[in-house]
Amino acid sequence: MIRYAHFIPLLPLAAYFINIAVGRRLPRKGDWVSLGAIGIGLAISIGIFHEVFQAYDPNFKYHVVFPWLDLGGRFVLKAGILIDNVTAVMLVVVCTVSFLVHLFSVGYMHGDPRYSRFFAYLSIFSFSMLGLVLSDSFFFIYIFWELVGLSSYLLIGFWFEKKSAADACKKAFVVNRVGDFGFLLGFLLLFATTGVVGYDEVFQAIREGKIEGTLLTLAGIGIFCGAIGKSAQFPLHVWLPDAMEGPTPVSALIHAATMVAAGVYLVGRVYPIFTPDAFLVIAYIGLITLFISATIALAATDIKKVLAYSTCSQLGYMIMGLGVGGYTAGLAHLTTHAAFKACLFLGSGSVIHAVHTQEITEMGGLWKKMKITAVTFIVATLAIAGVPGFSGFYSKDMILGAALEFGMRNPQHILLFAGALFTAGLTAFYMFRLVILTFFGKPRDHHKYDHAHESPANMWVPLVILAGLSFSFWYSGWFGTLVQKPASAIPVVSAAAHGGVPAAAAAHPAPGATHGAAGVHESAPQAKPHEPASAPPAGEHGAEASHDAHLAHTAHRYAMFSSVGVGTLGIALAFVVYWFGWIDPEKVASSCRPVHTFLRNKWYFDELYEATVIGGTKALSRAMGWFDNNVVDGLVNLVAQIGVWVSWLIGKFDNYVVDGAVNGVADVTIGSGSFFRRFQTGKLYHYVYVLAGGVIIIYLVKVF
Amino acid sequence: MTGIPAIIGSNLLTALIFLPLAGALLLIFLPKENPRLVKNVTFLVTLVEFLLSLPVVFGFDGSVAGMQFVEKIPWLPAYGISYHIGVDGISLWLLILTTFMMPITILSTYAAVEKNVKEFMIFMLLLEVGMVGVFLAIDLFLFYIFWELVLIPMYFLIGVWGGERRIYAAIKFFLYTFAGSVLMLVAILALYFYQHRATGVYSFDLLAMYDLNIPVKMQFWMFGAFFLAFAFKVPMFPFHTWLPDAHVEAPTSGSVILAAVLLKMGTYGFLRFAMPLFPVAAVDLTPAVATLAVIGIIYGALVSMVQKDIKKLVAYSSVSHLGFVMLGLFAMNTQGIEGGILQMVNHGISTGALFLIVGIIYERRHTRLIEEFGGLSKVVPLFAVCFMIVTLSSIGLPGMNGFVGEFLILLGSFKASRVLTVFAASGVILAAVYMLWMFQRVMFGKVTNEKNRHLPDMNARELAYMLPLLVLIFWIGVYPQTFLRKMDATVSAFVTRIEAKRQLALADKPAGETLLARYFDVGK
Repeated sequence: MIRYAHFIPLLPLAAYFINIAVGRRLPRKGDWVSLGAIGIGLAISIGIFHEVFQAYDPNFKYHVVFPWLDLGGRFVLKAGILIDNVTAVMLVVVCTVSFLVHLFSVGYMHGDPRYSRFFAYLSIFSFSMLGLVLSDSFFFIYIFWELVGLSSYLLIGFWFEKKSAADACKKAFVVNRVGDFGFLLGFLLLFATTGVVGYDEVFQAIREGKIEGTLLTLAGIGIFCGAIGKSAQFPLHVWLPDAMEGPTPVSALIHAATMVAAGVYLVGRVYPIFTPDAFLVIAYIGLITLFISATIALAATDIKKVLAYSTCSQLGYMIMGLGVGGYTAGLAHLTTHAAFKACLFLGSGSVIHAVHTQEITEMGGLWKKMKITAVTFIVATLAIAGVPGFSGFYSKDMILGAALEFGMRNPQHILLFAGALFTAGLTAFYMFRLVILTFFGKPRDHHKYDHAHESPANMWVPLVILAGLSFSFWYSGWFGTLVQKPASAIPVVSAAAHGGVPAAAAAHPAPGATHGAAGVHESAPQAKPHEPASAPPAGEHGAEASHDAHLAHTAHRYAMFSSVGVGTLGIALAFVVYWFGWIDPEKVASSCRPVHTFLRNKWYFDELYEATVIGGTKALSRAMGWFDNNVVDGLVNLVAQIGVWVSWLIGKFDNYVVDGAVNGVADVTIGSGSFFRRFQTGKLYHYVYVLAGGVIIIYLVKVF
Repeated sequence: MTGIPAIIGSNLLTALIFLPLAGALLLIFLPKENPRLVKNVTFLVTLVEFLLSLPVVFGFDGSVAGMQFVEKIPWLPAYGISYHIGVDGISLWLLILTTFMMPITILSTYAAVEKNVKEFMIFMLLLEVGMVGVFLAIDLFLFYIFWELVLIPMYFLIGVWGGERRIYAAIKFFLYTFAGSVLMLVAILALYFYQHRATGVYSFDLLAMYDLNIPVKMQFWMFGAFFLAFAFKVPMFPFHTWLPDAHVEAPTSGSVILAAVLLKMGTYGFLRFAMPLFPVAAVDLTPAVATLAVIGIIYGALVSMVQKDIKKLVAYSSVSHLGFVMLGLFAMNTQGIEGGILQMVNHGISTGALFLIVGIIYERRHTRLIEEFGGLSKVVPLFAVCFMIVTLSSIGLPGMNGFVGEFLILLGSFKASRVLTVFAASGVILAAVYMLWMFQRVMFGKVTNEKNRHLPDMNARELAYMLPLLVLIFWIGVYPQTFLRKMDATVSAFVTRIEAKRQLALADKPAGETLLARYFDVGK
C-alpha cells in the first residue's frame, strides 16, 4: 500500500482541477469528485497505517526520491516522499478529518452559488496539506507550507463579498508570510552551511558539525518562526480568530484540526536540529500563547471565536510540549486535538446552521432541539477539558508531565508547568461555559430557538465519528511506542560545551518511553550549565538512566493528579457560575471592568499592531511615495528644466552673437544646443547629429 | 533540404531578425483603410516568428557553453565591424521571451488600438527587429545599432498612442535611455581603441574582447559607463522615475513589451557586457550594486503600496522585481545568476500578464484607478481567476514561476551576503501586502460602483492570449528544469571565467589592497 503513497496528495490535486474546470457542469456540482479523491486517500492512508502498525517498529522509515531541479549537477534539489510513524499517523489524521469535513460540507454548503468552487478549494487544501506531511526535505515542506497558506487564503475569503472576510484572508496570508520570512531565512542558513536540504542529510551535516552554536540556534528559531505563523503562536496569533470569517467546515478543517497543526508537525519533523536555547524559546512561546489565548476565550461571546482562541491555546500546549522535550506528548496532543476540535467546530457549524447566529448570548436551551449535536459537543468538550478517559486527558497530561519533569530538572523554568496547569483549569472553565450557555438554560432568543432543528445526517454522522474518536483508548499504548523522540543531531561535545543536551538524553530515547498511556517518559533537554564534556561510562550511564526514569515517573504522577484536580475545579466553577447561577458573571465582569475590557479587546494586539507595524509601514510607504514624486522625480525634472534653459540660452547666443563666419562649427552647436528644446516638438532628426558626434569622438580618440 | 527552407535553416537567427522587418515592409503596401487586415498580417508575422524561434530551442545544446547558431559576415571590415550573431544559454530564453510575447501583445491590440493602426503595427514590428537583434548581436557595433533601434519605435508608441501626458513620458523615456546609451557608446569606443593598442587589430568582436585583460583602473571607468547605461534601462533605484511615467502613459501593448522585454535589455547588458568584460570592477563594485538592488526591492514595494493607479502600482512593482534580478546576477554564483535569468523571464511573463489584465479592465471602464473598482470577482469570474493566478505568480507563490526565480536568487545571494539577503527577503512580505491589498480592493467586497455591475467577462480573444501565459506560469513553477537545463553550461562557464580573469588581473596586485588605492591611487 505504501507504494501508492503519492496518490494520496495527487488525487485531490486532480479533483481540484476537475472541479475548477468543469465542476459546475457535473452532476451534484462535482462534490463527489473531491469527496471520492479524499476518500481513496483515506483508504490508502489507513492501509499505510495498517502496514506501519504491523511492523510496529519505532524506526520504521520509507523514503523515495526523484530529482526535481538540477543545475548541471552542481546543485540538485530532489523531491521525495518520507513516511515514518509520525507521517503515517498524520496521514490518517489529515485524511480522516478532511474526509469528514468534505462530507459535512455537502450539507452545510448546500445551495451556495459557488458550491463546486468550495469543493475545489477543499481539494487543493488537501493536496497541499498531504504534500506537506509527506515531504522529505526543508525545501519541499516550505513549498507546500506556502500552498496551504494559499488554500487558507482562498477559503477564508470564500465569501469575498463580505469585507470582513476579504480583510481576514489578506491578514492571514500576510501574517503567515511574516512567519515564513523567518522560515525562509532559517532554511537559507541551514542550506548555506550544510549544502543539503533533506531532513536526514541536514541532521547528518549537523552531526558532522557543519553548523553549530549560535548559528544553529538562529537557524532553528528561524524555522520555528514558520510554525509561529502557521500555528498561530504569539506574537503572530492575530490572524486565526479573524480566519473564522471563512465557512465553518473550513474553520474545522484548516483552522482547527490540520493546517494550524502544521507548525507543530514542522517542529516535530525537524526536532533534531533544535539547540537547548532554541527549545527554550519554543517552550516559552508556547506558554505565552496558551495563556493569553485562554484568557481571551474567557470573555469571548462568539461561539467560533471561543473555539478559535481555544485552538490557539491548545496549539500553545503542543508547542510548549515539544519545547520542553515532550516530543511524543506534543504530537499526541496534535492527534487527539484534531479529532475533538474538529468535532467542536463542526458542532458549532451545526448549531450556527440551526440558529443562524454565532453569538452564544442569543442561544441557550438547544439541548432539547439538537440532541446529537449536543451530546457529541459535550464529549469533545470533556476531551479538551482533560477529563480522564477522554483523549485530551491522555495527551495534555503527557505535556504537563513533560513540563513538570523539565521544571524539576531546571527549577528556574517551573513556570512552564505552573502556567500550563493553571491554564488547564481556565480551559475547562471556558469550555463548560460555552456548553452551558449554548445548550442549556433557558433559550435567550425565542425566535431563533423556535426555528432551530437537528442537522441532516450527512452533518451529524461526522460529528458522531469524531466524538467517538475523542476517547483515550484509541491512542494510549501504541502511540507512545511508535512515535518516539528522535535523537538530537547536535554533537555531544559541542552541545555540552554550550550547556546543552546531556549525552544520555541525546543518544538514547529514555527507557520509560515504551510504557504507553500516561507512563510515557521522555528525557527533557536540559539547560544545566555544567554537564560533563563526554559521555559517562556505561555503568554510571545505566544508573543515570534509571534515575531519569524515576524522575520522569514522579513528574508524570504529580502532573496527572494536579491536572485532574485543576480541571475539576474549572468545570465546577463553570457550573457554579453558569448552571446554578450562584455567582453572577455580570457582577464579576463589572467589578473588574478594566480586566474584562482588556480581555474583550483581546489584549489590544490588533490595535497595537495597527499603531506600530502596520501604521509604521503605511507611513513609511506614504513618505517614500512622496519622496519618489517630489525628490527623485523632482530632481530629474529639475535637470531637464535646466537643460531646456541652457538650450534656450545657447540658442539665443547662437542667433545673436555667433555669425556666419563660424557656420561649420555653429551648425553643430545649434544641433546640440537646440537638442533639448526641439525635443519638445517630437522631432527626432537630431539623433543623426549625435551619431555624427560619435564619429567625431572616434576621430578624436584616434588622434590622441 | 533545398531552396528557401534550407537557407532559413542555415541562417535561422538572421531569419529571426529580418522576418519582422520584412513584415514591416509588407505592411507599408497594405491599404490603410483596412485595419483588420493590417492587424491580422502583423499577428501572422509575429506568430511565424515565434514558431521559427522554436527550432532554436530544440537545436540548442544545453551542455555547450559557447555561442551557437553563429553567423559571421564581415560588414565594414576596415573598421573591424561584422555582422556577427549567435545565441547562448544567457540569451536563449530572452530571445524566446521576445518572440513569445509579441503575438500575445499584438492580439491584445485588436480592440485597443484604433488610431493609425498601420503605423502602430509597423513600429511594433520594427521594435521586434531591434529586440531580437539586441539579444543576438555579439558584435558591439551591431549591438549598439539594435539597442538604439529599439528606442525609436518605443518613443513613438508612447508619444503617439499614449495617454494624456504621453509627450512628457516619451521624452523622459527617450532622454533617460539615450543619456545612458551615449555613455555606453563612449565606453564601447574606448574599448575598441584599447583593443587596437593591445592587439593591433581593430575589431568590435565581443568574443575577442572577452579575452582582453583590461587594466584595472580602466575597468572601473568603463564599468561605470556601462553600469549607468544599463541601470537606466533596468531601471535601478534611483534611476527609475521614467518607468512609472512611461508605463502609465504607454498603451497596454507598449507597457507589456516595455516590461517584458525592454527592461531585460538592461539586465541582459550586465550579464553580456558589463560583468564579463570588466570582472575586477564588477566584483569590487558588487556591494554597491547589490545594495542599490536591495534598496530597489524594498523601495519599489513601499512606493507600490500607496499608488492609486493600478498600472503605476505594477510599474513600481517592476522596480522591486528587477531589484531581485540584479541581486541574483551580482551574487556571481550559479544559483544567483540562473535564478536571475529565470526571473527575467518570469518577470516578463507575470508583469506582462499583469499589464494585459490592467488593459482588459481599462478597455471596459477607461479608468485604472483602484477606487473606481471593487467586487469585480462576482461580475467577471473568468477574469477573476486569471487575475488571481497572475497576482499570486507575481507574489512568488510556490508552484508558480516567480517562486523558483526568487528562491534561486535568494539562495545565491545568501552565499554572497547574508545581511543584504535578509533585507531582500523582506521584500517578499511587502509584495504580498501591496499585491493582495490591490487585489482585494479591485476584486473583493460588494460592487459599489454601478458602472461595474454589468462589465462583460473576458472574451475568446482575451482568453486566447492569456492562456499561454498562465500555462508558462505553472510550467516554470512546477518543472523549471526545462528552462534551467539550457543555461547550465553557459552560466557555469561564465562564473568560472569571471573568477579566472579576475585572478589574472589581480595577480600582480598586493594582497589586501583597498579599492581607493586600486582605482584612485589613494593611500599608496
